[in-house]
Amino acid sequence: MSATATSPASAAVLETRGLTKSFRGFTAVDDVDLSVQEGHIHALIGPNGAGKTTVFNLLTKFLPPTRGEILYRGKPITSLKANQIARLGLVRSFQISAVFAHMTALENVRVALQLRLGTSFHFWKSEKTLDHLNERAMALLDEVGLSEYADTLTVEMPYGRKRALEVATTLALDPVMLLLDEPTQGMGAEDVDRIVALIKRVSKGRTVLMVEHNLSVVSRLCDRITVLARGAVLAEGDYASVSNDPRVREAYMGSAENDAEKARASA
Amino acid sequence: MPASTVLKAPTAVAQRQRRANLRRNAFYIALVGVGLVAPFIAYPVFLMKILCFALFACAFNLLLGYAGLLSFGHAAFLATGGYATGYLLASYPGLTPELGILAGTLMATLLGVLFGVLSIRRQGIYFAMVTLALAQLMFFVFIQAPFTGGEDGLHGVPRGELFGVISLRSNLAMYYFVFAIFLLGYALIQRTVHSPFGQVLKAIRENEPRAISLGYNVDAYKLVAFVISAGLAGLAGSTKTVVFQLASLTDAHWHMSGEVILMTLLGGVGTLLGPLMGAGLVVSLQHLLAQSPLGNWVSVILGAIFVVCVLSFRSGIIGELGAIYRKNFK
Repeated sequence: MSATATSPASAAVLETRGLTKSFRGFTAVDDVDLSVQEGHIHALIGPNGAGKTTVFNLLTKFLPPTRGEILYRGKPITSLKANQIARLGLVRSFQISAVFAHMTALENVRVALQLRLGTSFHFWKSEKTLDHLNERAMALLDEVGLSEYADTLTVEMPYGRKRALEVATTLALDPVMLLLDEPTQGMGAEDVDRIVALIKRVSKGRTVLMVEHNLSVVSRLCDRITVLARGAVLAEGDYASVSNDPRVREAYMGSAENDAEKARASA
Repeated sequence: MPASTVLKAPTAVAQRQRRANLRRNAFYIALVGVGLVAPFIAYPVFLMKILCFALFACAFNLLLGYAGLLSFGHAAFLATGGYATGYLLASYPGLTPELGILAGTLMATLLGVLFGVLSIRRQGIYFAMVTLALAQLMFFVFIQAPFTGGEDGLHGVPRGELFGVISLRSNLAMYYFVFAIFLLGYALIQRTVHSPFGQVLKAIRENEPRAISLGYNVDAYKLVAFVISAGLAGLAGSTKTVVFQLASLTDAHWHMSGEVILMTLLGGVGTLLGPLMGAGLVVSLQHLLAQSPLGNWVSVILGAIFVVCVLSFRSGIIGELGAIYRKNFK
């Protein structure tokens, strides 16, 4: 697995061809060709308004594209619905922590495990029929260091822990690919380190595509980076080549450039 | 955290859960006991009215409280159940009441499928408006259709004999039949809420995009909840028609859709007992006020109570009591 993951000839898990999205004449995403390789942690970065989140929503089918194609392992998935993508093994996260607030941490994970059970429409069965999933759910919570929160209502958990719970819930589906939308958004330094370590750990044997603002996170985690600007691909490559690209530095100007600078210095 | 505590924690929770279940069961047994002796204390017809509306409100609550969908057209299902049962029982004297009620419930369920398919993709206020519009459509159908008696409604629906054996002419026999139907409907709702389906429904209510991203086809789940709710609302309407031996336009009017919202919110939306409480309160108040000199002020007084309730205790009577109980006894 890891041998193919690092080889440049490995297959693309997710690809887009000429992906375009216009909103009433405004082109938010313009003819984007993206290719995420098996086993990579791939980052999508770019200045504000570059269309990162729109691309992300197109890939996860939360928005329909105006033009272009999306391929999963070479097969077109452009016409699938958001929930069908998840069933293929492409599971996304959200910018704001996406948890089920008035359910316990255990129930959060269990809802995801329930999907493969095939009894989710059975309104005449007792919820006790789900109890055999608890063990697996506990193991997943343990994996992200949340076993002590199992019976806590999610709404009462600290923010960083909610994000970890989100990861556990996502892992419950045993996804082929994780799509993370700004996983460290709004976090303190300590939480950021914890999430970076967590992403690194869970990405083993999986592919990750993430939208991320925090360039130090990107430099620590990602194998490949695509830079978007004004809806189009500006540059692509590993962190060193991208951060040295003069076009990228120009697009980032101001404070973001300083960030890139700093991150590069620390890397 | 040491492994032993990790392992111990769930068993402690399981024990607490067991105790809570025991308490709940004891409470339900007491409630059923009250239901069984009630007709010897209060007028059975009045109690049956409460039970019918309570079932209606419980069905509505399943949708609003557990699926987060505010339907403003539930009167259509109540009325469809009522008219279908009324028409069938009046036209086919051989038909037993339980079959008439079953047929009415089925009709309402089918209408629920139709309404649901047309409305379920809309969100929030748009969903409410589409259901209202569809219900208004049904209202005009009930005025115009040849078999509904138009403005007069259907009268003289025979109560008949249950299973062809037990005469329902006595109010007491009728009461126990209605009570059994109520318990059945209530049990179905209780089970639905605490089922694998109920878990997904809760997840959808809590965070719909996340439920989608976990692979759930949320529209299908909402549709099933909508259809169950519509069917049970129809069951309430069918039963009501047999009790009062009539079906009228009042049941189809949008006032009725509003009233069931009032009952549910007053009692406590998203609680299993709230709608029962709310329906009991609203029906009792209507009954008491209608006989008092304040008879013309029923709507005003109910409206005032509603405003006070929404402003001061948002989670309704049962919701507030539950919060007090959790604060002081746990």
